[in-house]
Amino acid sequence: MNAVLKPVMSQAAAPRAAENYIRIEGLSKTFGQTGDGVLALSNIACNIREGSFVTIVGPSGCGKSTLLRILAGLLDYEVGSVVLDGQPIQGTRRDVGVVFQSSILLPWRTILDNVLLPAEVLGLDMRQAHERAMQLLKMVRLEGFEHKLPRQLSGGMQQRASIARALLHDPKILLMDEPFGALDAMTRERMNLELQRIWMESGKTVVLITHSIPEAVFLGDVVFVMSPRPGTLERVIPVDMPRPRSMAAMSDPVFAQATAEIRERFSHAAAFD
Amino acid sequence: MTLAASSAMTTTEAAPAPTRRMPRGNPLASMRVQSMLLLVALLGAWEGGVRLFKVPKHLVPPASDIGIALWRGLYASPMAKDGFWYHGGITLSEILLGFGIGSGVGLAIGILVSQMPRLEALLGPYVAALQSVPKVAVAPIIVVWLGFGISSKVVIICLLTFFPVLVTSIAGFKAVDADRIDLLRSLSATRWQIFRKAKFPSAVPYIFAGLNMAAAFSVVGAVVGEFVGAQAGLGVLILQMEAQGDTGGSFAVCVVLSVIGIALTALLRRVQQRVLHWMPADASQRTVTS
Repeated sequence: MNAVLKPVMSQAAAPRAAENYIRIEGLSKTFGQTGDGVLALSNIACNIREGSFVTIVGPSGCGKSTLLRILAGLLDYEVGSVVLDGQPIQGTRRDVGVVFQSSILLPWRTILDNVLLPAEVLGLDMRQAHERAMQLLKMVRLEGFEHKLPRQLSGGMQQRASIARALLHDPKILLMDEPFGALDAMTRERMNLELQRIWMESGKTVVLITHSIPEAVFLGDVVFVMSPRPGTLERVIPVDMPRPRSMAAMSDPVFAQATAEIRERFSHAAAFD
Repeated sequence: MTLAASSAMTTTEAAPAPTRRMPRGNPLASMRVQSMLLLVALLGAWEGGVRLFKVPKHLVPPASDIGIALWRGLYASPMAKDGFWYHGGITLSEILLGFGIGSGVGLAIGILVSQMPRLEALLGPYVAALQSVPKVAVAPIIVVWLGFGISSKVVIICLLTFFPVLVTSIAGFKAVDADRIDLLRSLSATRWQIFRKAKFPSAVPYIFAGLNMAAAFSVVGAVVGEFVGAQAGLGVLILQMEAQGDTGGSFAVCVVLSVIGIALTALLRRVQQRVLHWMPADASQRTVTS
């Protein structure tokens, strides 16, 4: 597995990791008519450092999924600028991998064929892709399940397969939209640990959306806190805890302070409703 | 149904539970045996009832008459003009040709329309209007246009099978999870790739629902077409037999027609189970109509 992921890792570990790898400035998004539409995002501005793990937390309906869909190129935006690795985002791009709220595995394909989907669509060399898929399946601990159908796997396993799929074409950025929202609490904690490990092994830049404050603090180098509609970037909270973090990190004072601060923001925002 | 029964058998056989009664212990306990017994009982009641109440043969023939007529018809040489093989062969070829062409064209247009939303908007009202025309009512016109040969029957069946497949396939292509399309879009897939990898496979259960309907309609279409005007075929045979007061013979032809219909449906189900092997067994057998 290291053979596949090493080049990316060394790049991320290099001292010159771009500070403004993803740069968002004055981003606003309105759904519907410009006059009487719903303002979903208002004047978002932030920078995301290359190789970092950024979590975005906010109450439901705050536009965090909208922000992620814009980053993924699935949604157009009119106001502001979003620059990814020096290029403005215009439509989808191949250096981005997306993990959605549900695993969206195609039920008629085996796990391996599902993981290979990006290679088919992007026209990659299938022999290499196959090798890489097997390594990724090993990394997400699904070896031996290659030829099973999605419905034969548990929810957590399905979501792990979808993470492997998102990494197949070796994107530099992994966008995750509440990937563990549908899982039970225990599976979710395990998945958080797994995701941390996968991120540390792969050195990707990860942007993860969640509505769970502990999850955001546990996983993030930086937590972006969003306010409810219209979504604005309320605060950027750095989480200064060593990696790899274990579940014990949740009793760290830094963790407690960060979660308390975010909670306070939310109750503050709710008071205006 | 047979699949479910046999798999239930194997699981009980595999289970090492000596206290449980094996289904083989008492043959009367088997559902299959029971339904065969029911059939025999019904036929016996038919035979007895008709004979007891002396029902005229040209109204309701005794079951044994139908059996004899079946035997005669099937025993005849394949080319005999009064045998079932000759007429059955013609009807079957009409059904297969009509079903193949009708559902094939329906599917092709369904695919085309699903790729071109503007074409769909243009054709939509016409499809809805044509769909509600009773196709059977057009049968005499088609016979006038195309004559008493096989082609008029094939066209009638085409008309009957075309619409269910067209409508269900369009519905199927629309019913794709938006998530699946997002997934492919996030990979910069082309429209054709989105169709091939997400839309079409998602629509296959719907298409099979349409094909199942079309299979049943195709038998109806063949018989109606032959009633309206034909030189040969099982429909013609029914008319001839009825003209001679041979109701037993007519019933026997109906049995043959049913067998053709059952065989077609069974074949389709086999194909469906193979194509939709990824669906849980109960879901793949349930036809999607909602």
